[in-house]
Order: sequence, then C-alpha cells, then structure tokens
Amino acid sequence: MRYAGIDIGSRTIELVVVKDGDIAATKQTDTGFDPMAQARELLSGVAFDRIMATGYGRNLFEIAFDAPTVTEIKAYGVGVSALIPAAGTILDIGGQDSKAIALNGEGAVRKFEMNDRCAAGTGKFLEIMARTLGFDLAEFGSEALKAEKELHINSMCTVFAESEVTSLVARGEERRAIALGLHQSVVRRAVGMIKRVSLTGPMVFAGGVARNPCMRRLLEEALKQEMLIPEDPQMVGALGAALLSARAAT
Amino acid sequence: MSEEYRNMWKDLGLDLEAHDMLLEVLGKGYQDIYLAQKDRPEGMGYFDFVLSEVHGLRIKELMDEKAAGRKVVGSFCVFVPEEIVRAADATLVGLCTGADFATEEVEKILPRNTCSLIKSAFGFKLGKVCPYIESADMIVGENTCDGKKKSYEILKDMTPNLYVMDLPQMKSAEGRALLRAEYFRFKEAVEKLTGVTIDAERLKKGIAIVNNKRKAIHRLSLLRKADPAPISGLDALLANQVFFYDDPVRFTDSVNKICDELEGRIDKKEGPFPKGAPRILMSGCPMAVPNWKLPWIIESSGAVIVGEESCVGERGVRNLTDNRSSTVDDLMEAIVDRHFKVDCAIFTPNPDRLAHVEEMFREYKADGVIHYGLQFCQPYIAESMPVEKALEEKGIPTLRIETDYGMEDVGQLKTRVEAFMEVLKP
Repeated sequence: MRYAGIDIGSRTIELVVVKDGDIAATKQTDTGFDPMAQARELLSGVAFDRIMATGYGRNLFEIAFDAPTVTEIKAYGVGVSALIPAAGTILDIGGQDSKAIALNGEGAVRKFEMNDRCAAGTGKFLEIMARTLGFDLAEFGSEALKAEKELHINSMCTVFAESEVTSLVARGEERRAIALGLHQSVVRRAVGMIKRVSLTGPMVFAGGVARNPCMRRLLEEALKQEMLIPEDPQMVGALGAALLSARAAT
Repeated sequence: MSEEYRNMWKDLGLDLEAHDMLLEVLGKGYQDIYLAQKDRPEGMGYFDFVLSEVHGLRIKELMDEKAAGRKVVGSFCVFVPEEIVRAADATLVGLCTGADFATEEVEKILPRNTCSLIKSAFGFKLGKVCPYIESADMIVGENTCDGKKKSYEILKDMTPNLYVMDLPQMKSAEGRALLRAEYFRFKEAVEKLTGVTIDAERLKKGIAIVNNKRKAIHRLSLLRKADPAPISGLDALLANQVFFYDDPVRFTDSVNKICDELEGRIDKKEGPFPKGAPRILMSGCPMAVPNWKLPWIIESSGAVIVGEESCVGERGVRNLTDNRSSTVDDLMEAIVDRHFKVDCAIFTPNPDRLAHVEEMFREYKADGVIHYGLQFCQPYIAESMPVEKALEEKGIPTLRIETDYGMEDVGQLKTRVEAFMEVLKP
C-alpha cells in the first residue's frame, strides 16, 4: 500500500508518498491563489492508495477530495519523530505560522504554542523584510550573517517593523546589520514560544524558515543547543500526514 | 418584522437601518451556529424564541413595564446586585455587547487597544442599535477593570443616567467595607429612582427571585457532568446568556423545564455528542450574545464544552444569597457576602478562581481546560499564564487562547483547538 500525505501551507504545498515505511516520492509546488487546483496538479500522475491532508488548506482538501485530515501540529510531531526519533522539541516556522511543539518522548504532542493571527515571527515577516531591504529571500540569512554589527529591532509587527527598517535605512545603517537585527527579533519571539512549552531533549528546527542559516545560528546561540534540521525541512508535515494515513489504515 | 416593533425602536431613537443590518447578521449567525446543531433538547425552542425576540418582544415587555411605572436598570457586570433592583419592582437587564459594531466610530473616542467587550458596548451605543441601553432608566457602570472604569467617564457624556459603582480590588475587611458601602448607596439610588422604599419583605422577595434563577441555571450546569453531556456547550452558554435579558421568573421556569428534559436524556444516555467525546472546561472572560466564536470552533471540532468558569457561567451564579434574615440590614449584609465571593480577576490576589477551575475540571470530568482571554483584557490575560502553569503542574492539559470578536483568526484558532483535541485524545 502507498500512503500519501499532503501539506497545504500558506506558501507552498508538499506531497510525500510512503511505501513500507519509506519515502517513495516527494513533490512540492506553490500554493498560489487556487490551492485546490494546485493540489490536483501536484497529485496528477502520483500513485497512492490513501491520502491524509494537513496544513492550512486541509479543510478545503477534505471537502474537495473526501480525505481525512490532521493538524500540522500533530503531523509535524509524527514526521519529525520518524526522521529524528530522539527529538524532544520542535520549532516549525512556516510561511504564515510559527509553532513550538513539545513531544512526550513517544512521538506524540505534549504541548504546543502558536503565533497569533499576525505575520510576526513567521516566514512571511522575513520575506517582507528581505524585500524591504532589497535582498533575495534565499540569500537573506547568509547576507545577515555577514553583518559587522547588529541593530536592535523593537517592532515585531510587520507594519511597524517596516517603518522601523525604513528609518534605520534613512539613518545610513548598513542593510546587513538591519537584516541581522530582524532575524534576531524573530528568534527572540521563537525562543519565547519554546520556553513556554519548555525545551526538553534534542531540538529540531523545521518548516521553510529552517533553510535560513542565520536563523539557525542565532537560535543555537540563544538556546545554547544544536538545532537539528531535517534534510528537507518543508516536507516534514506531509511526511507526518502520510505516516498517519498508514497508521489509520492498520 | 412587525410595524409595532419598528415604531417602538424609532421611539427609542434606534437607527433603524443599522439595526436591521444587525438583526440580519445576528439571525444568520444564529442559524449557522445554533440551529445547525444536531440533537438539541426540545426545551431549547424557548431560548430560540427568546433570542429571535431579544430586540422585539422582550423590549416590548420592558416598555409595558415602564408604562406601568416600573423602572429598567441596565448593567454590564455581575457585581450589580439584581436582588436590590428586583426588590424595588424594577428590572435589571444586561446591556448589549458581544459583537463588533461601529468600530471606527468607537476608536475615535476609545484607545484602539481597548478590549472588544468595551468597544462593542460603545459601538452599540454610538451606532444606536441597543434597545436595552436606550430603554434603561438607569445605567450602572462598575469600577472593575481600568478599561471599563475609564470608559465610563466617556460614556457619561452619552448617557447622563449613568450611575457609577465603585468596587474593591482586594478581598480584605476594607474591601468588603467598600462593597458594603457601595451596595447601601446603590440601594438608596434605586429607591430614589423607583420611589419604592425597600423593606425586608421586598428584599427577601427580590433575593428569592434571583436565587431561584441562579439555582435553575446551576442545576442545568450540574447536569452537564453526565457523559454523554445531555446538552451542547453552545446551548448551555445561550441559557447563561439569556439569564441577563429575560424575565427572571419565566426564565427560571424555562430552565427548570429543560433540566427535566435533560434528566430524561441522561437516563437514556443521549446527547448531542457521543459518549467519550473530548470534554472541555472553558475558563476566563465572559461571553455576551452573540460572542459564540470560540465555543462554536470547539464544538464543531468534535469536543463538547461541559462548563464555563466565567461571569456568564458558574462564576456568576455559583453562590446564592442567604435569605434567612428578617431585617433589611442583615439581608443587605448577605447580599454583600454573596457578591464578595465572586472571584473576578480584578481582585488581587485571586486564588479562589484557580481553585474553582480545578474543582470544575474534576467535577465536570473535563479532559482539558481552554482559557479564553479577550485581547487587551489585562486582568484575565495576566491570570492566563499563571493559571495555565498551575493547571499543567497538576497534569491538567490547558490551551490558552487570546482573541477578540473578529472572525479573521478562525482558521488559526481551529488549528489550535483541533491540535489540542489531538493532544487530549491521541
């Protein structure tokens, strides 16, 4: 049997197919403006027997494809535990959400924290700030790491932070230093969430923002602990959903 | 809508167009959230009717009472003692809040970071859509949180019949003395308003009416201990909300009737959710009509709410007023004692509240607690983290939610609530 998991996030959709407990296929696409059309295209030509949906669009998918769903919080717990069995705590920063998840030692969620409705502390925040400073998103983290000093950014609100950045630019501050400060502000927020669920055991950093090297470095400095990053940090949710689909079938 | 109501609303100075719009939204929300539920008790038909007539027939009744020389007193808080109002043959009603209305107008006169409840109350006043505030002969503001306290200074300009009641912030002898002094002052104000001298007989009658109402709703609460719960949390919340609007004697009868029906359901092990569904205790800020967002999200995720540790819930009705004395002074002392027990977060420190949350969690056999904090409600938000920590130390799973009356965060709240259910029932 081939079990699929689809993670319909605010920015990207991931698909993972699992066969006999191993990953048989992975695919990714942008969410765009018509997530169900994108999902349908992503699924075309992919062979699977059962599918489970997670992520923001899971309820849409449930209606369109008559498939069971799971929250991304549980899916990340299961996906991370499959990849890194010793994992104790997960930080997942995606396009629209950031979450800290504490596991109970058996791959199940013990407690979680999630950001409020605004984009503060999410991938979206970094994306908008990269654009404001004229960086490509892919190079934002590595450029920030080259900064010679760090500026303190007070505003976590995307709108206020943008004006704060504008005024720092107008003051003649170097944009890499501003970038470093912006990363640090996201890290401060993430650390707050992690502390609220209490950090135990090895820490896994997943979601799209885990690709950002500056985030990783600053988190490691703040938490004085290594951040374990799955090979494909964006696939974790879809993997978790696929594994849960398999679990539900047996 | 009958012409009679329209004329009544016009006479009250309501903005008919805006009011029509409000009723339409309210009706649609009620349809989607309440009438869409499955396996509701038949007795809920009464509450459906009350809600459909909450701005119609109920206001007409109040106008008839006024025409007969009785007075209407409006309030925003369970610290305003209904016993005293009732003793003077006047009617106490809760004033409108619970939905965003005329927010732009409100933000011209109140800070943006004021909680939704206060903003909404002002919105209903500024938008001229609350027939309760317009029909009230006296509006009682109470010094609970800073948000309300300072906003009453602004409300005073719009409602000259505003009476402000001071409230203690500590459960000390001095605190009780303040509450006592304020209740005696309030009694005089009600006597002046109504022209009625409140004697012991009247006060006893007032206490009896209000106690019966509290007993009935408390009886309803206790029935929710059964698994499966015989009634949804949404329906029980509605009964708790209608508590503040309806004629107290009729309300008491209707709640008792529904309780009889629920006892039958419990015998047959019937309920809107299957046995074993995750059971949630809600704790935190009050929810006024039509603030049903979070309970709706919770119950549409397959969990059942079995209790509300809230002013619109157990915190508001748990205690009765001792009615055994036969002098006005002693009965007044009993009213003070009764209200001084309310464990509102404006008190510091407030350990009773945490004890009650734990007690309700156990007694109602809940699986987890969802703490509901209204954004910018400092007293409850400040308590939310210590409450969460204390509960989790006792092994009680807790989810802390901070939200407002807006609908933009429904998706995120749903994810959190569903993930919490997954934690409770993996």
